[in-house]
Amino acid sequence: MLLIECPWCGERDQTEFTCHGEAHIVRPKNPDELTDEQWGDYVFFRSNPKGLHKERWVHDHGCRRWFNVVRHTHTDIVYGSYKPGEPAPEVSEEALKGGKK
Amino acid sequence: MIMKKYSIFSLLRNSMSYHENWQKNWRSPDPKSEYDVIIVGGGGHGLATAYYLAKECGITNVAVIEKGWIGGGNTGRNTTIVRSNYLWDESAAIYEHAMKLWEGLSQELNYNVMFSQRGLLHLAHNVHDLQEIGRRGNAIHFNGIDSEFLTPAQVKEMVPLINLNCRYPVLGALLQRRGGNARHDAVAWGYARAADAMGVDIIQNCEVTGFNIENGVVKGVETTRGSIKGKKVGVVTAGHSGVMAEMAGFRLPIESFPLQAMVSEPLKPCINTVIMSGAVHVYISQSDKGELVVGAGSDNFVSYSQRGSFDMIDHIISPMVELFPFTSRLRMMRQWGGIVDVTIDRSPIVSKTPVENLYFNCGWGTGGFKCTPGSGHVFAHSLANGEMHPIAQPFSMNRFNTGALIDEGAAAAVAH
Repeated sequence: MLLIECPWCGERDQTEFTCHGEAHIVRPKNPDELTDEQWGDYVFFRSNPKGLHKERWVHDHGCRRWFNVVRHTHTDIVYGSYKPGEPAPEVSEEALKGGKK
Repeated sequence: MIMKKYSIFSLLRNSMSYHENWQKNWRSPDPKSEYDVIIVGGGGHGLATAYYLAKECGITNVAVIEKGWIGGGNTGRNTTIVRSNYLWDESAAIYEHAMKLWEGLSQELNYNVMFSQRGLLHLAHNVHDLQEIGRRGNAIHFNGIDSEFLTPAQVKEMVPLINLNCRYPVLGALLQRRGGNARHDAVAWGYARAADAMGVDIIQNCEVTGFNIENGVVKGVETTRGSIKGKKVGVVTAGHSGVMAEMAGFRLPIESFPLQAMVSEPLKPCINTVIMSGAVHVYISQSDKGELVVGAGSDNFVSYSQRGSFDMIDHIISPMVELFPFTSRLRMMRQWGGIVDVTIDRSPIVSKTPVENLYFNCGWGTGGFKCTPGSGHVFAHSLANGEMHPIAQPFSMNRFNTGALIDEGAAAAVAH
């Protein structure tokens, strides 16, 4: 079970949130020019790393707002949250290896 | 090493020496410098691939490289359910192919995989469910696979302890009588023993740390026990397939999620079939040791932690208690998680990759165990021939670019 910090409401239980996968996937600006390959890549392919992962969460049993979380997918340690449009928080060397917060 | 067959006579012979002189099931060889085929991942699917390569394709210079111990990943962590009642023709072909191999597997391997066709029920709890099992049941018929519709009274007759009038009453069910369970560990061990006997090297505690790729052609793998050359490499690493793909320099349409399961304390025989419900989302069967084996949904965030979320336990147990009130005071004995590799259409990827001679067999998500023999069989033929087996062709990773998805996720809602 994760403890997740909503940038508006503070730390809450994971059950209040839903994860919506990898963050910062930008919809192509020139959809008419894309090949099937590029479309497939945009829609279906994900980086799925064993390591630091920036992902979108929504506080659906709270303020219902969207935000981003940096989490290590091996240790499940959450290193911080940030609002859409804000830069991701800097993480330490230790965090890259999944170490303490 | 010549494999000594298991039989009533070998049992008697070994009882004379207090069962202390049984032959080892497989050797523990040092890796050779070169193989015709390297299989990365010693789970059920990888070991089955090695077995069929040796048995049917005549390729015995094969290594199975496993980071931990064989069958210690998802092969030893699933809820052991076997069925072939899928909606789409492509899925029916591969899962029924597996089912037919299951039906003779214990004899073929000379190893009791305890395959038990005790029947499998998909419960319907609302009008939509009834329509879904109607559609799927008829599609299954058209593919020549057994399925029957049951009324609530027939469900009650088959499973007397079920509570039909629970919060979401049971309105009917789809039954596959040929569905059931198998002993998951025995599947890995049986394939390993039989493959080893034909000369396949099973190398445990050896982690693949990279691929040797020259001009877009794979030449072998780097491991914690040195580099090993291979003419072809098949990657069968389930939850870690994304990590392997990254090493090879491409991405997969896969996300890895934790899926958990649990078993209760042992009971006398009380549930003699497999019960699955997509709507309330639980699946239950009873192991031959008497434990109720229970599973349900996965977490929806990427994780490699091999732990499920704590709240998921509640989601798994509450529908079980609704369906079977007698379980309300049952103690759960063990709980664990595995990492499942989930594709967007909930169908596997058995495919060539952008790197020549490198093949991936992954994306089995939450339901790969049932297809262990079929997956291994078609993957072995694909590796041996350099062309994908006809049954595997629709499961190419190109389908995510062409749009020819095999959408079992939408077809069966959740239960896999």
